[in-house]
Amino acid sequence: MSLRIGIDIGSTTVKVVLLDEQNKLLFRSYERHYSKARERAAETLRSLSATLSGKQVRMVITGSAGLGVAKAAGIDFVQEVYATAAAVNTYIPDTDAVIELGGEDAKIIFFGGALEERMNGSCAGGTGAFIDQMATLMNVTVNELDVLSLRHEKIYPIASRCGVFAKSDIQPILNQGGRKEDVAASIFQAVVDQTVAGLTQGRPLQGKIVFLGGPLHFLTGLRERFVETLRLDKEHAIFPEDGDCFAGIGAALCASDYGEQPFDGLLKRLEESVGDVGLVDTMPALFARQEEYDAFTARHNATRPPEVDVQTYQGDAWLGIDAGSTTTKMALITADGGLLYTYYHSNLGNPVAIVLEQLKEIYKLCGTRIHIKGAAVTGYGEDLIKNAFSCDLGLVETVAHYNAARHFNPDVDFIIDIGGQDMKCFKIRNGAVDSILLNEACSSGCGSFIETFAKALGYDIATFAQLGLLAPHPVNLGSRCTVFMNSSVKQAQKDGASVEDISAGLSISIVKNAVYKVIRAANADDLGRNIVVQGGTFHNDAVLRAFEQELGRNVTRPTIAGIMGAFGAALAARDLHLRKSALLVPEALEAFSHTAKPVTCNLCTNHCSLTVNTFDGGRRFISGNRCSRPLGKEKVENPDLMRYKYDKLRALQGKGDGTGVRGKMGIPFGLNMYENLPFWFAFFTKLNFSVVLSPESSRKLYLKGQQTIPSDTVCYPAKLLHGHAEALVEAGVDAIWYPCMSYNNDEGIGDNHYNCPVVAYYPELLAANMPVLKQTKYLDPYVGLWRRKDFEKRIAQMMLEQFDIPKKETAAAVKAAYAAYDAYVEDVRATGRAYIEYAREHHMPILVACGRPYHIDPEINHGINDLITSFGFVLVTEDALSYLEGYAPRKVLNQWTFQSRMYNAARYVCTQPDMQVVQLVSFGCGTDAITTDELRSILEEGGKLYTQLKIDDISNLGAVKIRIRSLMAAMEARNDR
Amino acid sequence: MAELVYDKTGRLLFTREMKEEYTILFPTMLPVHFGLMARIIENLGYKVEMLTTSHRGIVDEGLKYVHNDTCYPALLVIGQLIDAVKSGKYDPHKVALLITQTGGGCRASNYIHLLRKALEKAGLSYVPVISLNLSGLESNPGFKMGLGTLRKAVFAMMYGDIIVQCANQVRPYEVTPGQTDETIRQLEDHLLEEMEHGRGLSFSSMVENFDHITAALKAVPVAGEPKVRVGVVGEIYIKYSPLGNNNLEQFLLSEGAEPVVPGLTDFIIFKIYNREVDVGIYGGKWVKKEACQLLKGYVEKCQKAMIAAMERAGFRAPGTFEDLRRLIQGYLGEGNKMGEGWLLTAEMLELIHSGTPNIVCTQPFGCLPNHIVGKGMIRKLKDDYPNSNIVAIDYDPGATKINQENRIKLMLANARGLTRQAAEAPARTGEPVGAAAE
Repeated sequence: MSLRIGIDIGSTTVKVVLLDEQNKLLFRSYERHYSKARERAAETLRSLSATLSGKQVRMVITGSAGLGVAKAAGIDFVQEVYATAAAVNTYIPDTDAVIELGGEDAKIIFFGGALEERMNGSCAGGTGAFIDQMATLMNVTVNELDVLSLRHEKIYPIASRCGVFAKSDIQPILNQGGRKEDVAASIFQAVVDQTVAGLTQGRPLQGKIVFLGGPLHFLTGLRERFVETLRLDKEHAIFPEDGDCFAGIGAALCASDYGEQPFDGLLKRLEESVGDVGLVDTMPALFARQEEYDAFTARHNATRPPEVDVQTYQGDAWLGIDAGSTTTKMALITADGGLLYTYYHSNLGNPVAIVLEQLKEIYKLCGTRIHIKGAAVTGYGEDLIKNAFSCDLGLVETVAHYNAARHFNPDVDFIIDIGGQDMKCFKIRNGAVDSILLNEACSSGCGSFIETFAKALGYDIATFAQLGLLAPHPVNLGSRCTVFMNSSVKQAQKDGASVEDISAGLSISIVKNAVYKVIRAANADDLGRNIVVQGGTFHNDAVLRAFEQELGRNVTRPTIAGIMGAFGAALAARDLHLRKSALLVPEALEAFSHTAKPVTCNLCTNHCSLTVNTFDGGRRFISGNRCSRPLGKEKVENPDLMRYKYDKLRALQGKGDGTGVRGKMGIPFGLNMYENLPFWFAFFTKLNFSVVLSPESSRKLYLKGQQTIPSDTVCYPAKLLHGHAEALVEAGVDAIWYPCMSYNNDEGIGDNHYNCPVVAYYPELLAANMPVLKQTKYLDPYVGLWRRKDFEKRIAQMMLEQFDIPKKETAAAVKAAYAAYDAYVEDVRATGRAYIEYAREHHMPILVACGRPYHIDPEINHGINDLITSFGFVLVTEDALSYLEGYAPRKVLNQWTFQSRMYNAARYVCTQPDMQVVQLVSFGCGTDAITTDELRSILEEGGKLYTQLKIDDISNLGAVKIRIRSLMAAMEARNDR
Repeated sequence: MAELVYDKTGRLLFTREMKEEYTILFPTMLPVHFGLMARIIENLGYKVEMLTTSHRGIVDEGLKYVHNDTCYPALLVIGQLIDAVKSGKYDPHKVALLITQTGGGCRASNYIHLLRKALEKAGLSYVPVISLNLSGLESNPGFKMGLGTLRKAVFAMMYGDIIVQCANQVRPYEVTPGQTDETIRQLEDHLLEEMEHGRGLSFSSMVENFDHITAALKAVPVAGEPKVRVGVVGEIYIKYSPLGNNNLEQFLLSEGAEPVVPGLTDFIIFKIYNREVDVGIYGGKWVKKEACQLLKGYVEKCQKAMIAAMERAGFRAPGTFEDLRRLIQGYLGEGNKMGEGWLLTAEMLELIHSGTPNIVCTQPFGCLPNHIVGKGMIRKLKDDYPNSNIVAIDYDPGATKINQENRIKLMLANARGLTRQAAEAPARTGEPVGAAAE
């Protein structure tokens, strides 16, 4: 046997390992390669020349980025998970499972029983790169993040599936003043949840577990989260000394299976190999020549506000603050919009401190010459900043941006703003905001995204963007989300694309994302004639150019594109015509102090994560709430049909009018049960079962079942079912009733009356993935309710076989069940009518929430209903209106019962001046890819606004608020017309 | 030029005049099957063209005109069609588009509607779209398929299945690279020539042709040890279409594996059979009961003949539809019919039972039925068959090949590990490992 070398080339690091004949580790290294993997590996190997030169060795390469290198150099390759398994088998033989986190991959290996090795799917961000990204977002190093996490007091729920999602969860927490320590620990917890939910896929993580890979090796806080979550003791949580290079060690072990070769030859081959250069998909250059770029710059620089010298100006001024998600922008203006002072900076996770410092600076500049007559604030941190500094006005961002755009181009008919986290587009018709498009959380390939890339490649954003301008062959990176973009960039690098071409490619992909994913435009005419672009991201000339190229027309970018929100806010402050601003005076700023404390509100089942901000003099501001109760005020109780239906359904438990002698029938409270429960409750209580409903959904209930979820991209409402089923078994029911239903009721308003595949067949998925169901009688037969006679015949037979119930008795129960269901439907409609009447009596606007029946679950909608009614709306649901319209052909196949209701409700709304629609969409809902476009066209053709609220397992109410407030502003503008 | 005629719902019809003037374009899914089908339609007097384009522009067109969260096959198929119409190769006023329509609770039934929406968005609403389906949806005066054509279509499918399944067993071992594909080309020509002359269209001549096919493929010289067999199942378009699955079969071949791809026949029988199941579960009248039973019986008879022919020639033959129905017991109900429904799981079971426990389960990202019948069943299969080794791969406009290939490589490494584990401790896994790995 000879010496063996293993080289593990990952997405971010290179690990080189040397083993002797007795598997003893002679050398090991762990280094970042900054996309120069082959060079890094060759260099490290060269450093071993002194020991190995002239010797025969065995060498194997492994790792996600190693394949290309191995191929090019003609060196043997083993898959990295396989290599890791080999290492664990050799060094820690009684291991039951391995969890390995790498730069961009997460892996799991189960040993006990049949070997099972798995990697994260393509949509999974809970890895090293994700942690890097989050650290960048919080403006700390990864090590600082680790240290912070160890001092946490509470854990916030953060989306773990995807980096983009997590970002939009973290940002509001930071902006609302949440502690960095808590956020840091929450990020690690998100990684843990992602690993457990995404990788175990139903196999329990038990016994002795080995943790490997860089992040788990270096980050104590992450280790702590894993150990705590999996409830492991010291004997069962193993963190090997060389856990960061186990795959490399494994590769060296695997090398035993391959031939000996002279070390010098191998080194030479590695050094001389040129990466396996694939074909890079490229696009035309942004600018072919410097002159083109110069003309472009000159054209855009013409749109600028007058600049006024703050040192000499005397008179009144107005202040606008845009506390954005990642940046804070401020503008101080004169009466005619002249700029006295502007500020644009990353808010470093604490907008309050930034604004405080800037206010002091501004007051200093103003001296006694300039008098601030009004201050307005907009953006994510609006509430916090407004309360902290006593601003005169808070306004929703969309309105602020329209104010600013109109100032530069009174004819503006389309505005697109791409900021750090958000993309906002809106059409202007007749001088009012008409249609608002916001990026869905999944596609927020915005400014911070390109910035993260720039940093990862070692550039600042400005330099990086500049690089792309004259790049000859921009790389085509597609228009998907950040996680996908990561691997696209990785592949382009591997294929030999230059940084310049990647930079240009990223700018173009941001634009494509905006145009095709957010705006969903097929051509420029879909947008408008007078397009104003703004937001910090449009300062990037490459993005601006790509946008003009994609649309094939010139647009207006004011020179202050980055601070348009603040500028618009300042204009709004000016238009208040105040005699005196309430803004904190300089003396008050001296005494200013701010502390933020996280608490959980326990006043209702929403369990909002509140942040209690305390300012000097005991002033307090609570954020994160959905209703006014934690503020000590009485909750506003406007009519809310979502709440009504929910309470009504939750009451359907127990024996009903029966005796309950036949035992306890468990029914999971999820998916279509939100529609069919009244039926089954009547049916089973009539048969003298006592109905046990699974508990109300909660994050905790979700976590109870999450390890049995086989597909991590299915919608959250479906995932919740695992917890519900688990809870029913725990409750000791005699049987669980959860039938498969390809079809739902036929209401005569669609081309067919299907359920979606997930709703239809999830019962079978539970049966196959939840071993715990074997402890009870789990009934998931196929039933169809729409053929009443046939149903009766079949269910009677079923009940006879399963419970020995005489057919006659079942027949009576069926009758009662249909009656109960019909009564429920009628009650919902009648209540809807009553609510609408109430609204009209009290001159309140009516909002129609169009979604699925299960969207009334507070854990799924995160209390959106409370938020909506708190803005003064009366809330009704689609099923209270859908019967008011008949069947009409649609441009899409209208074949799902629940979805048909939405189309009909929207059609009805178009006939009612005081109604608006918001569509609730669960992330991952495939059918809504079809319904959203259709619903939008119904509403827009009917002269209504379309607003979509995308909801997921995590509650980011900030985005929802913007949408609802924008809708309100648009409604107001329309009413004023 | 043919006049644009609409039916009373406002749908643009494909008229008799169009039959004379227009070229019908349709997307590829299974090159052999669809190629034969194209020629059959051509023989009826239509101008048809199967699109075999595969450049990036297809995805871009798809992204532009189809909601990006719609499933990837819709994006590709619609992108490919629109790309072709706009390519300049055809007069856009003289093309019609042909697309299959299955019906059912899956998003896929919406493809034809999404295609029309996309055409409208692209300013091409004057391009007629023809639905090809078994349910009698959307008739067109200029496009009628008689019983004779239906039979020819069944033949095309059977020939396609037997050619592909036998060729898959030969290609990995062929001594002269490319000889298998060359043989396929010759076979196609032979079959089409027969059809053109009205031969090969009786049951007995089909059986003869089966033997001709197996003999031709058996005659390709092969060598080498048996390779690791890897099954490919999944959403039907992604499973079969090289455009959809990034040339999966080619990749598996290059990794030294033998791809095993279950044929189309079972899917067709499955779709017909679903009507029968629905009536059984829910009651009601079975529309066109006799016609369906006749068709199903006929296709099953053809399938049995195909299996017999493969076995006669010494090829590994797939099971019958009835075999699949037996295997699915205890996993999914037969009412699970959306998309590939229970058939997908049944195909995985059949692969495992026939010594191919290593499986790539392909699906478009976020595929709704596959949450249940693909990814949702892997756990249970692993519990019941510890040697099963299934990797689920998502396909999507943004998914990179490198990512997908690394995961397939892991599955292949796993296959070797499992073989070793089984060899070391046969008692532990409880059953012999069927795969002849390495």
